[in-house]
Amino acid sequence: MAYSFPEEVLEHVFSFLSSDRDRNAVSLVCKSWYDIERWCRRRIFVGNCYAVSPEIVIRRFPELRAVEMKGKPHFADFNLVPEGWGAYAYPWIAAMEEAYPFLEEIKLKRMVVTDESLELISKSYKSFKVLVLTSCEGFTTDGLASIAANCRHLRELDLRESEVEDLSGHWLSHFPDSCTSLVSLNMSCLGSEVSFCALERLVARSPNLRTLRLNRAVPLERLANLIRRAPQLVELGTGAYSAEIRSDTFSNLADAFSACKQLKALSGFWDVVPSYLPAMYSVCSGITSLNLSYAAIPSSDLVKLISQCQNLQRLWVLDYIEDSGLDALAASCKDLQELRVFPSDPFGAEPNVSLTEQGLVSVSEGCPKLESVLYFCRQMSNAALIAIAKNRPNFIRFRLCIIDPQAPDYLTLEPLDAGFGAIVEKCKELRRLSMTGLLTDRVFKYIGSHAKKLEMLSIAFAGDSDLGLHHVLSGCDSLRKLEIRDCPFGDKALLANAAKLETMRSLWMSSCSVSFGACKLLAQKMPRLNVEVIDERGPPDSRPEGCSVERAYVYRTVASRQRLDMPDFVWTHDEDSSLRYS
Amino acid sequence: MSIPQEHDYIGLSEPLPSEKSSDKTTAAATPSSNVGRNGVFSLKETELRLGLPGSEAPERKGGIGIGIGIGVSLYGKDESDCVKSGAKRGFSDAINGAGKWGLSINGGSEVDLGKKGGLNGSSVKQEIQPVEERKNEAAANTAPASKAQVVGWPPIRSFRKNSLATNTPKKEDVGGKSGMGTGCLYVKVSMDGAPYLRKIDLKTYCSYTEISSALEKMFSCFTIGQCGQGLAAKEHISESHLMDLLHGSEYVLTYEDKDGDWMLVGDVPWEMFTDSCRRLRIMKGSDAIGLAPRTMQKCKSQN
Repeated sequence: MAYSFPEEVLEHVFSFLSSDRDRNAVSLVCKSWYDIERWCRRRIFVGNCYAVSPEIVIRRFPELRAVEMKGKPHFADFNLVPEGWGAYAYPWIAAMEEAYPFLEEIKLKRMVVTDESLELISKSYKSFKVLVLTSCEGFTTDGLASIAANCRHLRELDLRESEVEDLSGHWLSHFPDSCTSLVSLNMSCLGSEVSFCALERLVARSPNLRTLRLNRAVPLERLANLIRRAPQLVELGTGAYSAEIRSDTFSNLADAFSACKQLKALSGFWDVVPSYLPAMYSVCSGITSLNLSYAAIPSSDLVKLISQCQNLQRLWVLDYIEDSGLDALAASCKDLQELRVFPSDPFGAEPNVSLTEQGLVSVSEGCPKLESVLYFCRQMSNAALIAIAKNRPNFIRFRLCIIDPQAPDYLTLEPLDAGFGAIVEKCKELRRLSMTGLLTDRVFKYIGSHAKKLEMLSIAFAGDSDLGLHHVLSGCDSLRKLEIRDCPFGDKALLANAAKLETMRSLWMSSCSVSFGACKLLAQKMPRLNVEVIDERGPPDSRPEGCSVERAYVYRTVASRQRLDMPDFVWTHDEDSSLRYS
Repeated sequence: MSIPQEHDYIGLSEPLPSEKSSDKTTAAATPSSNVGRNGVFSLKETELRLGLPGSEAPERKGGIGIGIGIGVSLYGKDESDCVKSGAKRGFSDAINGAGKWGLSINGGSEVDLGKKGGLNGSSVKQEIQPVEERKNEAAANTAPASKAQVVGWPPIRSFRKNSLATNTPKKEDVGGKSGMGTGCLYVKVSMDGAPYLRKIDLKTYCSYTEISSALEKMFSCFTIGQCGQGLAAKEHISESHLMDLLHGSEYVLTYEDKDGDWMLVGDVPWEMFTDSCRRLRIMKGSDAIGLAPRTMQKCKSQN
């Protein structure tokens, strides 16, 4: 049937649907809606690159313009996934080259991207506009040079926290003079110096530039010139924020800042010299996001800056801020929504700053809109957690990391079950939770009973038995991602909740008590789960079947369970022989 | 202390009726004495079984999955939640040589912490013991790190760790991988001819010997016609012995230092090596002659 009037109308209606969930729902209504929808879908998000194959995606969605994809599991950030595990972008890039000549956006997270991939991107798509690589690795600045040189309509180049092999800063000079389309440039993860002239010229000829995040190698003396060329900036990441104290440097900087009337976000701040912070005061009242997590300066200096930012919504900071600084934050920033406090000396045996649970309690009391927290500290108590939960039932994300992973309540020496129990009980909208401390199976019972909207849970060194895992898998209705390390969870809970695993994106278990036998069984019973045994000690069947595997990564997939890029330390179900792992 | 029991999941035994489940506690569950006392109810929710979501307990003809009553009341006041102290990650306990599909339950002594109900301090003593045991467990089960540090803990991204380390105004190592004063020092290790590279934490090793044997193990799958002796994992290797073997096996261990030069591993004192090493490469002996920087540049991009 040719495309007749009703279909066009439907397509037009569908074009107003931007959320993936809505589009997925629409496609399930009937076959013709499925067909119409798939032809007009322009953006796709793949949460696990191995859940589907490029062929399947291309077959279903022939007209994509934007692809967003994630690769390695979250714990890869902490070196728990061995190198060479997978998540290569190249097969996707190569497959899409033919299928999507009009592709405009590629956003990848935790994937291995090579220079060849970057070169292919830069040459394949005439209207390529957006490249965002978050926590990716495998490429060098040569690959960036290709992108700069060939993508004529490039709008965004964002390399958030990627591991780039930095051969030189020369790549930036590859942006042709004709490139005037830049809206966002984030090179903060790079080490080398770029040519400052080239950078200034690039900024000057990019009237739409909204986001500029420099790297550490850009000295403070250069910052004023750059900002002056881009007074329309909304987000700025400085380079090293240090220079000799000179009044002309200071006044230049202060003048440049005062011209930036739209600035909302500030970051960077390596090597801060506090005397230069007041140069920014003119913009502080408009600032909503402040990332000071590299600024190793004392609490008093931090507070002086933060208290200028009355409209602050997001703050990332080092624990140098201390409890006193957090008190001040609570007093002056009533719009605060997100707080992250990072440790300045995570490996030191003794605390180096006076930051305790009290700081978090103060902020939870003083900031009524606080909904997202990541907090590293060295002590915690049930009383504090209970108070926090009572103060702030609107938490959506709550991530607590006590440096000693099995620390009990430091006041009573009891487990922190009651504290975290209060969090999940009071915070009914909680979507993400990370816990540390001494925790028994009881906390998992609370989680299973109360955390009905929880989507992501991270557990380490907690629990007593399979019952803990069983509570979570059987009780958390919205669970999508579960990552566990060093917990005594094993086969029983896993097998008893096998079906649940297919409703989730993935489950990661490392250094737990999951046996190879159970993995085989799980894979056999659940044909749409890929059960990867990741073990660097050699073939799992060279050990007794009841022996625990180093890591098990279980994820639902509609692609083949024998991915072609598996390294030799990964074992999955052998489809040909149901009882043997290849 | 309960005896570890073996349970089959493949329908080789009849499903356990829920009324009798109080007798069939697993070792991981509460001591049987407590179960009787509490009585048991709402067992359907606590039965572990292999089934599709939403399905009621089916008549199991094919016997897919067995209901195992845990015998724990989850809703009673007097909760005897199952707790095991010690043996938390008893890998050795879980090994069961006898059965093919048998999945042993971790044995261990149960410590009943449930009696407290609310968390008053009456069982503090009991608590401390498990904590210590746990800590010992955790320490014992970590990687063989000389600094007793757990991999990936605290959970901080490498980028942040490296930035923390170089927070002093030093222009070198900006954005680089070496972290002075951090707890770990990850460097990439590549090997000529291997399809992918590995990452190791230099701080977990104390000597060239250790690192050599670790690398040997890691890359042994790739080497063909390697040292004739075939180094056993536990064999103690002296530095010179190793270098001989490596030379003999035509592979040489090299590293790139802070200045970007490639050097042979083993020439400088260990501490100096860890301070300056940015990455490692196991290369063919023939390529290592001269170690001209140019040659390395060419090969770098292939890694």
